[in-house]
Amino acid sequence: MDKNLNKNDDLIIAGRSFQSRLLIGTGKYNNFEETRAAIDSSESNIVTMAIRRINLGQSPDEPSLLEFLPPKEFTYLPNTAGCFSSDEAVRTLRLARELLDGHNLVKLEVLGDPDTLFPNVVETINAAKILVKDGFDVMVYTSDDPIIAKQLEDIGCCAIMPLASLIGSGMGILNPWNLEIIIDKSNVPVIVDAGVGTASDASIAMELGCDGVLMNTAIALADNPILMASAMKKAIESGREAFLAGRMNKKLYSASPSSPVEGLIK
Amino acid sequence: MRININGNIQEFKGKKITAEELITKLNLNGKRFAIEKNGEIISKNYLNGIYFNDGDKIEIIGAVGGG
Repeated sequence: MDKNLNKNDDLIIAGRSFQSRLLIGTGKYNNFEETRAAIDSSESNIVTMAIRRINLGQSPDEPSLLEFLPPKEFTYLPNTAGCFSSDEAVRTLRLARELLDGHNLVKLEVLGDPDTLFPNVVETINAAKILVKDGFDVMVYTSDDPIIAKQLEDIGCCAIMPLASLIGSGMGILNPWNLEIIIDKSNVPVIVDAGVGTASDASIAMELGCDGVLMNTAIALADNPILMASAMKKAIESGREAFLAGRMNKKLYSASPSSPVEGLIK
Repeated sequence: MRININGNIQEFKGKKITAEELITKLNLNGKRFAIEKNGEIISKNYLNGIYFNDGDKIEIIGAVGGG
């Protein structure tokens, strides 16, 4: 880890370079204008999106998400949200690649339970093997199990994205120790994906040494999404700087005064 | 002729319809989408010359907001 703050500190994923370490989703906003305003406020470079059947009843001039987020300005990260098998996920991402003119950077998630949206890691691993072999750069959503994370890296995934807590829960980082193990063992970027609720959660993730944070609901469902997007940007940056700066050691049982102990007025 | 498009059965006159005709009928000209015919992706570059016949199952997808 290069801790020289004067040097470029871009996030590198599969050979692509990004200034922002905040990745954001485009779901749950009230409209495309709000989506765009929140993304602008976050200064994110990478935006996730879902792949769905096109609405055939729409009028010809109805705007689409991609028109509000032109590919010249953003890096797209199509996802497999809603897929419960490796077959569905692979099919979805092959369609996404066709839709996006050969774009191969994708977010793989294969869910295991409709209530908790916990990932099915067996199906995730199966899909990752197929997609990597097929030329995709796979950023993979997974549990915070360090063994599975390592297996996904060994398959060739370009970023490991463990959950902080359940998707859309806003419960924050429930197991920082597992995240630290994953970060310590990983040779590819580790990006917390899911569970962040507010700015301090994002800062904690970055202070732990995560390379980035992916979030959607924490911004989209804030009372003021545009202001929260700005707060998240600052939280990511401050957490990153604190990580690079290297925090002091905790002293559980001994206080240490900040002021001199000599020259006290008696 | 009946074709299943995105899970809905649609009726068309004749025995086949070209991809170009179908896209025009569905108001998709100028839109970004990808098409799958009976489970196989059809590249945008090869849409010309593709026909859809009775019983075909077609998926037409796009990008929507998601996390």
